[in-house]
Amino acid sequence: MNPANYLYISALLFTIGAIGVVVRRNAIVIFMCVELMLNACNLAFVTFARINGNLDGQVVAFFTMVVAACEVVVGLAIIVTIYRSRRSASVDDASLLKR
Amino acid sequence: MMHQVIEIGRTQTPEAVLYWILGPLAVLAALGMVVVKKAVHSAILLAWVMISLAIFYIAQDAVFLGIVQVVVYTGAVMMLFLFILMLVGVESSESLTETIRGLRPIAIVAALGFGGLLISLIGHATLGRSFVGLTDANAGGNVQALAGLLFSKYVWAFEVVSALLITAALGAMVLAHNHRIIARPTQRDLATARFRGTSLAKAAGLPGPGVYALHNAVDVPALLPDGTPAQASISATLKARGDVIDSRPFQLSTIESEEE
Repeated sequence: MNPANYLYISALLFTIGAIGVVVRRNAIVIFMCVELMLNACNLAFVTFARINGNLDGQVVAFFTMVVAACEVVVGLAIIVTIYRSRRSASVDDASLLKR
Repeated sequence: MMHQVIEIGRTQTPEAVLYWILGPLAVLAALGMVVVKKAVHSAILLAWVMISLAIFYIAQDAVFLGIVQVVVYTGAVMMLFLFILMLVGVESSESLTETIRGLRPIAIVAALGFGGLLISLIGHATLGRSFVGLTDANAGGNVQALAGLLFSKYVWAFEVVSALLITAALGAMVLAHNHRIIARPTQRDLATARFRGTSLAKAAGLPGPGVYALHNAVDVPALLPDGTPAQASISATLKARGDVIDSRPFQLSTIESEEE
């Protein structure tokens, strides 16, 4: 088996995550799809690190995990704040700036 | 020619078996995550995808990252997601009707194009070198090698990321902090409001619910001296839910009493 096969899975997961971000309307599910995309990128990093035989890709994947954790913390805090004022976690309901 | 371009190495059969079992399962779970209606089911499927990825990391000689993936993602991040789901309401399943007309077909077509492009690119890419593998890089241990890189070449990025983490924690605290718009009324304020109100009826507190020989619970209103149910003796929440029972069946029948 070719290690590049992992890149196909990575590409598939990234695409599925992108569909989810566009199609779903629950803010929490959208966030989960973003996490899926970040994970897919991490898989690509790890695979490239292995193909090239140095660990720089793994270090970058590690940094991605830290940044993703930050993003989740702040994003979920924003969702909770929006939910508290609007009683809804749907991204379609937060459209006050449109009107 | 076409078959030479990605000739970057072969791995052993066990890994291929692992790949062909876990890979399709991970992709299916990811698809299900986008399709299912309830957010909790999405979260569980996403946890499965993350665990599969952790196994992939370990299979690819990234032992430390595999463990971190389980601890940070399936542990902390998914826990946080589930916590917020419980806070927002597990039952809040979104309606899957589209609000923007034609969004879904456009999204799927665009995603198919994008995914096809990515996959064909990977298929045609040439990396210009042969497959190396991590045997040499991991010779002194994966964690030791990663730590060596992290605290030498990437030490600046490491410091910046730590600052980012602290900022994010602070930001989350500020966002989650609930400002009171009006000051919380003290006990003294409440007492004053009771006695200076329009009537003194509530000054001594609200009446308790009815206690009857056949029924003793908070869902039956008490009876006033004139025989009518006292509406103030029932909690507004029970009234809104429609859980209030009529008090008439529990009333005493009129007793024929003789005056002597």
